[in-house]
Amino acid sequence: MTTLLEAKDVSRSFGGVKALAGCSLSVDKGSITGLIGPNGSGKTTLFNVMTGYVKPEKGTVFFDGHDVTNARPNKIFALGVGRTFQLTRIFARISVIENMLVATQRDESWLRGLTRSKSSKSELEAAMEWLDFVGLARLASMQAGSLSYGQRKLLELAYVLVADPDVILLDEPAGGVNLTLINEISEKILALNKGGKTFLIVEHNMEFVMKICDKVTVMHQGCDLVTGTPAEVRANPAVLDAYLGSSDELDEEDVSA
Amino acid sequence: MSKVKPSFWGLGLAALVVFPLIVTNPTYTSIGVFTLLFMACATSWNMFSGYSGYVSLGTAIFYGCGAYTMALVSTHAHMAGGAAQFWLVPLGGLVAMVVAVPVGAIALRVRRHTFVVITIALFFVFQLLAINASFTGGAAGISLPLIPWLFNYYNLPFYYVALAMVIFATVLSALVRRSRFGLQLLAIRDDEDRALGLGVRVTAVKMTGFTMSAFTIGMAGALYAMFIGQIYPQFVFEPNFDITVALMAFLGGFGTLLGPLLGGLILEASQQYLTLSFSNGSLYLILFGVLFLLVILFMPQGIVPAVSKWWAGRGEKRARQSQAGTAVSTVSTKSTNPTVDPTPAGAKP
Repeated sequence: MTTLLEAKDVSRSFGGVKALAGCSLSVDKGSITGLIGPNGSGKTTLFNVMTGYVKPEKGTVFFDGHDVTNARPNKIFALGVGRTFQLTRIFARISVIENMLVATQRDESWLRGLTRSKSSKSELEAAMEWLDFVGLARLASMQAGSLSYGQRKLLELAYVLVADPDVILLDEPAGGVNLTLINEISEKILALNKGGKTFLIVEHNMEFVMKICDKVTVMHQGCDLVTGTPAEVRANPAVLDAYLGSSDELDEEDVSA
Repeated sequence: MSKVKPSFWGLGLAALVVFPLIVTNPTYTSIGVFTLLFMACATSWNMFSGYSGYVSLGTAIFYGCGAYTMALVSTHAHMAGGAAQFWLVPLGGLVAMVVAVPVGAIALRVRRHTFVVITIALFFVFQLLAINASFTGGAAGISLPLIPWLFNYYNLPFYYVALAMVIFATVLSALVRRSRFGLQLLAIRDDEDRALGLGVRVTAVKMTGFTMSAFTIGMAGALYAMFIGQIYPQFVFEPNFDITVALMAFLGGFGTLLGPLLGGLILEASQQYLTLSFSNGSLYLILFGVLFLLVILFMPQGIVPAVSKWWAGRGEKRARQSQAGTAVSTVSTKSTNPTVDPTPAGAKP
């Protein structure tokens, strides 16, 4: 397997806090990679570095052979890296379908945006298709702000998908979502993965991670601690240490708590 | 967005076209000119600030630049006062656009409240420049070439040029709302960082919107200078102008197409009328205070969104009543929340 997205020895601090301290991560093409770790271990910061929102102090980020270390978020998105946010971010005061259309442009020049209408027929069709995929098609003309929390999560996933990125970074897709929807989301991810999409997922829900990921990286205090298959990671005493402080007398079930 | 019928727009336009033909008193037609100028400015302001959420209180920079362009060029070129001066109106707009580039480059680096404060600060920089620079004539102002038109018909050409400006600003604003560019502005208003992560070139989009909106405002300033015939720095670079234009848009409906037109019509016409009717020049401020309190209390989103909501609610109520009338006993089948009704897919946009 070839590596599609890679962070090498990335460091970044905020004031005195070293959010990332020489962290490395690689995402293979066509895989579903999980990124787990205790709160404050730097997962979201790593996401921000990889998508251009935060500039690293040291280290490099590569996507598909391009060095994207200091590229702007719109550039990285145009290359084919889509992401969602931990706190779901949608455009609340425009309609659901317009939310989708914002993302369809991907690599269009701003001058083109001035002279064209906001959607073409094919873009509208693609947008409706993806809305249908996440089950929001009937809400297309509603104002996005009136969607429920779970629907917002789905919409965020849908508008990232409509741009057809090669790799999708999901920040806690199962956070604060009920069990039925979690299963629905994991099914969608697996279906998309079969269709060739690569995923990198930050998640606290261990069951979810263990079920769908091919490979899991555990982060701890800004470093990558362990990388391996879900089973390997589960059995690793260092992981238990990181999560719970001590590996004594703890069995696997506690990891998922 | 407001779903106003084309026939309504046609009626409104027709009313504005025939107004000076019916009301020929120059006092009232001059009120008409001022009102149209403000309607154009508020619409143009709203095209950037209303769509993108970047509330600019430095609008008078562009108004003043337009006015000084008209004044300086027509005096230095020794133009005879008359219709030829109208050619300088678009030039005023262009100069305002050029000025908007560095102003935007500075102000648009920051967001929200900081942006508002920076635009105010930049506005005062321009006002001081106009008062102190040598080429502006300083605080004494500039007298423009006298236009030898008959008193009774003097206002008419200005009125129709201003009306053309309103139409231009409105059509531009509507086109922007329908374009991909307008969608990007709306996305920036809701969540700029998220828009950036979806490939929107936020800096370029904001700069474009800001400069575009300066164009009409600069043209309005140029027309104002020509209409008045004499400009002073504190009257064209006026802090009240900054606030008035923004308030018109807020009153009518921030981010809507019709809102700023309505706000400009109500505010400027009533201000001019009150100032003329009562010798006390600041009486209108008290009335405006009351008006704004009422609007904020009862229609915090502005007149247009509030009225269209009320209108939609009325329609629904009526539909429900007629439903209840035909289906006498089947009470329980009524939907309690009409907003979640599934809408046919692809009905918009």
